[in-house]
Amino acid sequence: MFKKVKSKLGIYMQNEQLPLLLLLIVLCALLTFFTPVFFTFDNMMNILRAASLVAITGVGMLIVILVGEIDLSVGSTYALSGVTGAAVLSITNNFFLALVAVLLLGILIGALNAFFVVKGKVNSLIATMGSMAIIRGVTMVTTQARSIQVTLDSFVEFGTGYWGPFPKPLVIAIVLIVLVGYILKHTSFGRYIYAVGGNSNAAKLAGIAVGRIKFIAYMIVGVLASLSGFISAARMNSGQPTAGNGFEMEVISAVIFGGASLNGGRGTLLGAMTGVLILSVLQNGLVLMQIDPFYHNIVRGAVIIFAVFIDERRKEGLTKKLLKAKSQQA
Amino acid sequence: MNESVLKPVLELRNIHKRFPGVYALNNVSLDIRPGEVHALMGENGAGKSTLIKIMSGAYLADSGEYLIDGKPVNIKSPNDALSNGISVIYQELNLANNLSVAENIFYGCLPVGRFDKVKWDKLYSETQKYLDELGLDVSPKMNVGYLSVAKQQMVEIAKSLSKEPRVIIMDEPTSALSPKEISNLFEVVKKLKQKGTGILYVSHKLDEIFEIADRVTVLRDGEYIGTEPIENLNKEKLISMMVGRKLSDMYPKTTVETGDKVMEVEGLTTDYVKDISFYVKKGEIVGFSGLMGSGRTELARALFGIDERLKGRIILDGREVPANSPNKAVAYGIGMVPENRKEEGIFANMCVKKNVTISTIKQFIKFGHIKGRDEEEKVNEMVKSLRIKTPSLNQLIANLSGGNQQKVIVSRWLLKEDIKVLIIDEPTRGIDVGAKAEIYSILDKLAHDGLAIIMMSSEMPEILSMCDRIYVMKDGRITSELDRSEASQERLLYFAIEG
Repeated sequence: MFKKVKSKLGIYMQNEQLPLLLLLIVLCALLTFFTPVFFTFDNMMNILRAASLVAITGVGMLIVILVGEIDLSVGSTYALSGVTGAAVLSITNNFFLALVAVLLLGILIGALNAFFVVKGKVNSLIATMGSMAIIRGVTMVTTQARSIQVTLDSFVEFGTGYWGPFPKPLVIAIVLIVLVGYILKHTSFGRYIYAVGGNSNAAKLAGIAVGRIKFIAYMIVGVLASLSGFISAARMNSGQPTAGNGFEMEVISAVIFGGASLNGGRGTLLGAMTGVLILSVLQNGLVLMQIDPFYHNIVRGAVIIFAVFIDERRKEGLTKKLLKAKSQQA
Repeated sequence: MNESVLKPVLELRNIHKRFPGVYALNNVSLDIRPGEVHALMGENGAGKSTLIKIMSGAYLADSGEYLIDGKPVNIKSPNDALSNGISVIYQELNLANNLSVAENIFYGCLPVGRFDKVKWDKLYSETQKYLDELGLDVSPKMNVGYLSVAKQQMVEIAKSLSKEPRVIIMDEPTSALSPKEISNLFEVVKKLKQKGTGILYVSHKLDEIFEIADRVTVLRDGEYIGTEPIENLNKEKLISMMVGRKLSDMYPKTTVETGDKVMEVEGLTTDYVKDISFYVKKGEIVGFSGLMGSGRTELARALFGIDERLKGRIILDGREVPANSPNKAVAYGIGMVPENRKEEGIFANMCVKKNVTISTIKQFIKFGHIKGRDEEEKVNEMVKSLRIKTPSLNQLIANLSGGNQQKVIVSRWLLKEDIKVLIIDEPTRGIDVGAKAEIYSILDKLAHDGLAIIMMSSEMPEILSMCDRIYVMKDGRITSELDRSEASQERLLYFAIEG
C-alpha cells in the first residue's frame, strides 16, 4: 500500500505540470503577502470568472494544438458570436434559440477552417490568420461597428449569475474541462488526437482517418470559442464587435505556457489549465498592485518567453539524464 | 610494389561504440593503405554503417584511436573528415533534387570569383571532366531530380571524386547500378588505385569483392572477425566468417499448406507503379524483390491506399477495397508495417501500450470508454509472445531498440481481430541480427496461423528464405513471378536488372 502511494508520488514528481503548479502556488503566496485583497473569496471568484472564458476556449485550443495545428480565428469568432447571439436575442427574445444559433455558427466556422487546412492543405497559421481577418471584418460590416444591447434577464443571468456559490461561467468551464479530460484519457478519439499530432504519417499508416480527426478538432475549438463569446456578451449585456481582440493570443499563450508543444502530440489538459490560471492570477495581481496597464502586456510576454525557455532547458536535462542512464545499462 | 612498406593512410585501432541497447562496435580495428581496395564485409547489423560513420565523423567513437598517416587525429564532424581527405559515398543519396548535376557535384564549394559570383563556365567544364572520367552521359546543367536512381548514384560518386580525397569510402555503391554501370565504376576504382587513393569498399556482394578487393575485413554483430588478403580467401570461407552460424538457424521458414486466394490485385496503377496484378493465398508469404527504385515501397503504398490509385482493383475476400483510403484498407482487414519505422511507424510521443493498440483501440471500447484493464492484458500477452523487451508498458517507445520497436508495430496488427493481409516493407531494416531471426520466426508463425503476408525487401537472402512465392519488380512493374523452388540470387538479380 505504502509502496503504491510512493510510486504514485514518484510519477507525480516527474510530472511535467509540477513546476507549473509550484509556480502558481508561489505566485499566489507572493500576491497574498503584497496585497491583502488578493486572498479573499470575492477576488478568487473574480479571477476564476475571468479565467473561465479563456479556459473554455483553451480546452478546444489544446485539442487543435495537440493534433499539430493552430487556430488564430478564435478571437474573431468570439466577437461574431457575441454579436450574433445579441442580435438573435433582440429579434426573438428566445435565449435557447440564440444559444443554439451561436453554437452552430461556431461549428460552421470550425468546419470552414478545417476545410482549408485539411482539404486545401493550407498551412493552418495562414488559413486561420485569414479567417481571423475575414470574421472580424464580417462582424464589423454587419454591425456597422456598433454594439448590440440586450436586456433579457435570462441572458444577463447566464453571464453574471451563480449556481450555488459559483459563477455560472466557472461551472460551465469546469464541466467542459472534466469532459475533455475524460475524452483525452479514456476514449479512442483522445488516443487519435495524440497519435495524429505525434506523427501524422504514422497515424495514416495505422489506419486513422487523420483528416476527420482534424476536422472534429477545429469544430470543437470553434464551438467553444463561440460559447466563450456568447458568455462574455451576456456578462456585458451586449454584443460588441470589438470584443476578443487579442483573445487568440491569450488562449494560445496559456496553452503553450502549460507545456503543450506547437509541434503537436505533447501537452496535457491539467498543464493547459494551470497555464490559464497562472496568467489570470498574474493579470489580477498586476491590477491589484496598481501597476500601469500599459506594463501588463510587457510582463505577460516576458513571463511566457521565460517559462518556455526554462521548460526547454529542463527537458534537455531530462533527455540527457535518460540517455546517460541507458548507456550505462547497456 | 612491396605492400609491407606501404604505411596506412587511415588507421582505426580498438574502436568501441555503444548505443542504447546495442553494442554496435566492440574492439574493431581497420587500416587502409594508399592504392588498395579494402573490402568491409558483414551482414546487415554487423556494424559496417557505424564504422563508416565513425570514419566520416558523423559519430564519435566511445573509445579507440583514429590515425591518419600514423598520427592521431581528432575527427569530430564530417567536415573534419573531409579536410583530412576522407570522403564518403553513402548508400542513401544525399543530392539536392532541385539543383543541377554540376551544382550538386560542387555543392558547398562552387568556383567563385569576385563578390562570390559563381563562375558557371568553369563549374560546367570541371563537372564535365568528372562525368567523362566516370563515363556518365548526362549534361552538367541537368536537374538531378530528373535522373534515374542509378545515374544519381553516379553523380554522388562524381561529387566524392571532386573532393580529390586520399581515402574514399563507398557504401554499397552498386546496389542501384546495372552491370554496365558497375563495370564503369570498377574502371574508375582501378584508376583511383593507380593514383594512390585508398578505397574502403562496403558490400555484401561476394562476386564484386573477389573482382576488385585487395584485402577484406569482416565484422559480425559488432565484433571484429578478421582481416585477410583476398588470395587467402574463397567464397565459402568468407561466408563462414560473415555468418558464423548456419543459415537455417537464421531463417526458420517452414512449409505451410496455403489456402484460398485472400487478396487479388488487378492492374493496380499509381504515379509510381504500373499495371500490377498478383494474388496472395491464406498462409502464404509473398515477396517483392527488385533493385533500389524499382517500386517495392511504392507498391506497398499503393496497396494500402496512400498514393492515389489511377487504375485497377484490389479484391479482398471477394470484396473490392475502396481506393485512396488507408483507414478503409484497415477496415477491410489489411495491415501495414512501413519501411521507415521512425517517420511512418512509431508514435514517439506515446508509450509502448498505446503504440500497440492504436489501430485496434475500438476493440477495447464499451460505451465509448476504453477498458484499461482489457487493453493492458492484451498488450501484455503480445509483449510476452513476441518477446518485446521493455521495462514497462508505459515506457516511451522511442526508448526501445529498433528490433523491439519493429515488434511493437507488427503486434499492432496482430491484435486486430479480422486481419487478413499484412504488408510488411523491409521487415528487418536497421535491426540487429538476433532480433532479425526473431522477426522471421514471428512471420513464419503468422503464416502458419493462416495470415497472408506480403513482404517487400531489398535483402535477397531474406526474400529467398522466407517467401513461398516471389515477384520481381523493375521500374514500377512486375517483371516475373518465381516459385520458391526455382528462385535463386542470380535469377532474382537477372530479372531485377534485365526485366
